Order: sequence, then structure tokens, then C-alpha cells
Amino acid sequence: MIEVKNLSYFYEAEEGTPEKVLDNINLKIEDGEFVAVLGHNGSGKSTFAKHLNAILQPTDGYIYIDGVSTSNDEMLWNIRSKVGMVFQNPDNQIVASVVEEDVAFAPENLGVKPEEIRKRVDDALDAVDMTEYKNHSSHMLSGGQKQRVAIAGIIAMKPSIIVMDEPTAMLDPIGRREVMKTIEHLNSKYNITIILITHNMDEAVKAKRVVVIDSGKILIDNTPKNVFKNVDMLHKIGLDVPQVTMLAYKLRENGVNISDDILTVDECTQEIYNYVNKG
Amino acid sequence: MLTDITLGQYFPIDSVIHKIDPRAKILFTLFYIILVFLADSYVTYGLVALFSISVVVLSKIKFTVVLKSLKPMLFVIIITAVINVFFTSGTEILWSYKFIKITKTGVVNAVNMALRLIFLVVGSSLLTYTTSPIMLTDGIERLLKPFSKIGLPSHEIAMMMTIALRFIPTLLEETEKIMTAQKSRGADFESGNIIKRAKALIPVLIPLFINSFKRADELATAMECRCYRGGEGRTRLRVLKFGIIDLFSLIIMLVFSILMITFGVLNI
Ligand SMILES: Nc1ncnc2c1ncn2[C@@H]1O[C@H](COP(=O)(O)OP(=O)(O)OP(=O)(O)O)[C@@H](O)[C@H]1O
Ligand SMILES: [Mg+2]
Repeated sequence: MIEVKNLSYFYEAEEGTPEKVLDNINLKIEDGEFVAVLGHNGSGKSTFAKHLNAILQPTDGYIYIDGVSTSNDEMLWNIRSKVGMVFQNPDNQIVASVVEEDVAFAPENLGVKPEEIRKRVDDALDAVDMTEYKNHSSHMLSGGQKQRVAIAGIIAMKPSIIVMDEPTAMLDPIGRREVMKTIEHLNSKYNITIILITHNMDEAVKAKRVVVIDSGKILIDNTPKNVFKNVDMLHKIGLDVPQVTMLAYKLRENGVNISDDILTVDECTQEIYNYVNKG
Repeated sequence: MLTDITLGQYFPIDSVIHKIDPRAKILFTLFYIILVFLADSYVTYGLVALFSISVVVLSKIKFTVVLKSLKPMLFVIIITAVINVFFTSGTEILWSYKFIKITKTGVVNAVNMALRLIFLVVGSSLLTYTTSPIMLTDGIERLLKPFSKIGLPSHEIAMMMTIALRFIPTLLEETEKIMTAQKSRGADFESGNIIKRAKALIPVLIPLFINSFKRADELATAMECRCYRGGEGRTRLRVLKFGIIDLFSLIIMLVFSILMITFGVLNI
């Protein structure tokens, strides 16, 4: 479980006053949740993410991972192996030239025994469906495959939480789909807590809970349906809503009386069908 | 194309050569290089050629790939040969024109040097072709371990090599991308004298350089996230054990060395 209490963070400015990037954040995330984090550029999402595995430590306030504070330096490696982190550019996360050797990197660092590393590597590659590529050289893979290898490299630490900072931003549509499928699979089958930072609203809809950050503060924290209802407010802070939600919003504006919490194409079709049949 | 360079490339194939312990393979390669410099007769060159070709065949690496490894070295080989032909003094003159003399020793030396360089490049390329970068750097780390007592950072050296080898293809790809982007804006890398061409490369090198720093920064964070904290307490996926293949290759290497040294001593 993640508990964030009164978290504030300042970046040291070269001159003048330090810049406040996170402003009194309070948040609780239970085991097995799938949370999307939204916010426009520079709102502090990545800074927040880096606090969860103690890459950054709070200027003020606390973060507890299963009851252990991230400010406790003695528990640093424990926390980092519990909270995995995946970044945007898969090329800059892969350390070794061969897939399985890269996946082995984290357990090697943790001093896991060789037989156990073997098992973890095989399991991790299986979880992201990359077993057949285990002896491939990593730079020959597609973007989506590379990102799945990066995810496997994290899974090999056996984390209970994975934080993903825009993992699909550099991928083509096929790669995006592969990675999203993998993320959902990890959440539903392995019960790994997922925190997905994204600019893609169709991905955010897949989460069970959406947290919107604006200028370092939590603005909304609710289910996708309740979040994307607020089309005007989201637009004001520079965020989009899913395309179908936008369509439904425009239809409502023009007097078509359909529901205001439509997130998927199916829901939208059903609503319009009902509306047309009624009228 | 830049990405054609096979330097430091690894071909994951299932062969006996691939299976030899990396430490042994590194030492064998060093030995092989010394032995190549002992060769100076038909018999000894024949032996080196036989040995090298057998290793290539056993490694299942295509001959075309091996020949390709020579391409970047061709220039050096030719220059060395030419220098040897023209600048070696000797008594038996084959051909002369004014002050230029070609002596028999010169020609012999040139052929010797060229052959040695060729075998040298083939031998060391085979090492990287058949050993995965991690195994290679692992081997180097373990071979250097005894020297860490006198302050040699063996783990750090190995880690730097791992990352360098990992990023060679990525950076080559990026260079090519930037060059294409600049070309499409009218940049010209092919014409003009050396200075002009070097100048044209500046707009390629600067973004490459800046991006590399960004990459290094992100990679360092990613490594920290994966609990990297130096060599202490680190374990390995692969345990290196002296196996039957290593014993076999050691015997073959010994036979090869003894033959080379005896032929050398006997002047055959
Ligand atoms: N190393 C740093 N030093 C100083 N300021 C920084 C640093 N990194 C980020 N910032 C500032 O902190 C703020 C939040 O940055 P952050 O990277 O967390 O935003 P983000 O929400 O992840 O944005 P994006 O969507 O672009 O990834 C920005 O105003 C940024 O300029
Ligand atoms: Mg960010």
C-alpha cells in the first residue's frame, strides 16, 4: 500500500527562491489498484513518480510504502525493489545487449542466487510474452517489444507496485497496444499495483481510478467516469477527454439528451441507439 | 551505411565456440595474437590459417561476415604493406627506379605484416562475434579481479564496457537519423575538402553529443531504479564453470602453441 502524506517538493533553483513543484499531496493507493495519473506538461507528474521509489525524497511530508518511509535510507533498496519504475524511452532503460541478460540486471544487483535469477528471468519474460526473444539482441526489437523487455526487467525484481511514466509516448499504435495489454495483464493476473502516467486519454480510461494533477496539486481523484464528466474543467487545465466522451459532450450541447459519462465506443453506440429509438 | 559496422557485434548462435568460457576465450585470443606474430613461413602461416578457418567453421559464423570485419581495417593493412615494401632496406634488390628501391626483404615483410594483421583482426572479431557482451565483460571483470587489490576498478571497467557495447548500435542509428535529417535540409557531407567535410559534420555531432548526455542521465536513473549500487554483493545469471568444452579447447590451444613454437625454433 502507498500512503502519501502532505508531500511537498522544491527543486533547488540556481538563483532566487526554490521552485515548488509538488504542493501538499495526500493520497492513498491500495494493493492491486490501477491508477492513471493525468496532468499537462510540467504539472509535476514525473516528479511525483520519482518520489514513490525514493529517487527523490520529500522536502516536506512523508511517503510510506507498506508502512516504510521512503526517507529511511536504510530501506532504500527494499523500497526500490518493491516499487518498480518504467520510463518513456525504452532505449535508455536497457542496459545489456541481449534480452535475457538485461532482464537479469536487477536481480543480479540484488544479489539473488543464480538459479533463482534464471527462474525470475524466465517468469518475467513469460509475463510480458517475450520468451521467444530471450536470446535476441535488444537493439533489433521494435519499440513495443523493447518496452516490454524494460517491463520484464522490472518484474524480475518482484515488485508489488509498478510506476509507469508515459511508457507508450514514444511508441507506434501497435507498440502502444502491446504495452497496454501487458500492463492490464500484470494488474489483473499478477495483482501488481499499477500507476500509469499518461497523456493518452484512451489509456487513462482503462484504469479504475484517475488522479488529475495540476501545478503540483491533486485536482481530482475519482473513477474515470466521474473524472471525464468534467469536460470544461479538464479543458481549462489543458487536458483532453477521450474522443467518444467529446462526441457525447457535443451532442449533449446540441440538445441530444444522452448520458454524460460515456467512455467507450460501445457505450456511446448504445446510448445513441436508445436515444434514437426513444425519440 | 554506418550501421554496417560489425565492430563489437555479437551473433547469438548455438556453437561450441560460443560455449567456451569467456575467460578462457579472452586468454586464448591473447595467446593466438602472440602466436600469429611468431608465424613467418609457409608451414607456420598454413598452420595459423588452418586453425583460424577451423575456428570460424566451428563457430558457425558466415565467412562473409568475417570478411566484412576486415573492411574497416583494409586501409591500415594496405598502408602498412606499402610502407614495408618501399621503406625496408635489404641486399637483394628486385626493382629500382631512381631512389625508390624494392627489396626482397621488403616484399616479404609487407606480406608478413598484412597476413598477420588479417589474422589478428579475424581472431579478435571472432571473440566478440561469439561472446555476448555481458559474457565478455564478465570475463574481463573476473580476469582483472586479482588486480583490484592494487586499486584497479575491475567492476567499473567492465560495466563501462557493457554499456558502451550496448549503445554502439543505438548511437550509430541515431547518427544516421540525424544525418538523413540534415541532408533533407540540404546539408552536404560528401563533397569538398577534408576541412569542409569535417565542418559539415558539426551539426551532426552537436545534437548527438547533447542527446548522449540526456541518455546517460536517463540510463543512470533507470539503473538506480533497478537497484544498481556497484559491484559489491552482485551475483550473476551465469555461473562460469570450467567444463568439458573448455578442457577440449585448452588441449587444442596447447597443441597449436607447441606446434607453432617448435616450428619457429626449428625454423621450418
Ligand atoms: N531537475 C530539475 N531541476 C529543476 N526543475 C525541474 C527539474 N525537473 C523538473 N523540473 C521542473 O519541475 C516541474 C515539473 O516537472 P515534471 O517533469 O515533474 O512534469 P511532468 O508533469 O512530468 O511533465 P511532462 O508531462 O512534460 O512529463 C516543471 O516545471 C519542471 O520545469
Ligand atoms: Mg514527465
